[in-house]
Amino acid sequence: MVSTCDSNSANLNKGNVEEEPHVLAVDDNLVDRKLVEKLLKNSSCKVTTAENGLRALEYLGLLDGKKSSVNNALKVNMIITDYCMPGMNGYELLKKIKESSIMKDVPVVIMSSENVPTRINKCLEEGAQMFMLKPLKCSDVKKLRCQLMQCRG
Amino acid sequence: MEVNQMQRSFLEYANVLFREGFLDGQFSQLQMLADESNPDFVVEVVSLFFEDSQKLLNDLTTTLDQQNVNFKKIDAHIHQLKGSSSSIGAQRVKNACIAFRNFCDQQNVEGLSFGSSITFAFLFQLEQQIVAAGGAIPILSEFS
Repeated sequence: MVSTCDSNSANLNKGNVEEEPHVLAVDDNLVDRKLVEKLLKNSSCKVTTAENGLRALEYLGLLDGKKSSVNNALKVNMIITDYCMPGMNGYELLKKIKESSIMKDVPVVIMSSENVPTRINKCLEEGAQMFMLKPLKCSDVKKLRCQLMQCRG
Repeated sequence: MEVNQMQRSFLEYANVLFREGFLDGQFSQLQMLADESNPDFVVEVVSLFFEDSQKLLNDLTTTLDQQNVNFKKIDAHIHQLKGSSSSIGAQRVKNACIAFRNFCDQQNVEGLSFGSSITFAFLFQLEQQIVAAGGAIPILSEFS
């Protein structure tokens, strides 16, 4: 697991992050979605899942021409996304999020079943908070939670 | 049957599944996630996995039967199956996927047919084993 932590990232105070951060989890795999949701819920997170990048952007109100759901964007404290997804992959989603004025400071975690150094570096350079190797374990999410808390401090 | 007796035989059974390589440590992770708010989590995920995998393998078979086989599509299916089997700890199924994915690169239709049959057999086998174990499987480490 590789990570960076930008302690200068100013994140809007989005409610009770200390108690229940709101995480948007994006994955095209049904089983993985269920697993990541449970892992996060067991770590006291509120979870919204999306099955692909477009749905995620739609939820965040970042789809061109559909800026009505800005309320959702303000609620989300972290985004965790799979890398390999049909259509828009995790890297492309990361880019879109970093291009957005509302969402650019929200930590984005990329997950992948494949350990490809060039892929990992590319994502980190684009501003990903962390890269996690699948399958996810309970300890991975606990570490993630700690990181998230530290970054907001 | 007394609760303790039941628990013991489930433990023994699950141990077999680990020992025989049907399941790996990732399955223990799933078991750790079940709690009072969601005691049936393992059953739910595993059921989801079987449903989803069956569909994937059916789609794969249909794609293989086409005149012009879409190998990209097949690779995508195998990738999905490999991912979900890895996430729940279905070791044999996962390894089968890793093995027969090579046939995709080689564009070997016969190999892919063979591979998908084996994978399906492992899937079915695992399903049978888990159903035979029945009920709630207590939290278990593969080394216990």
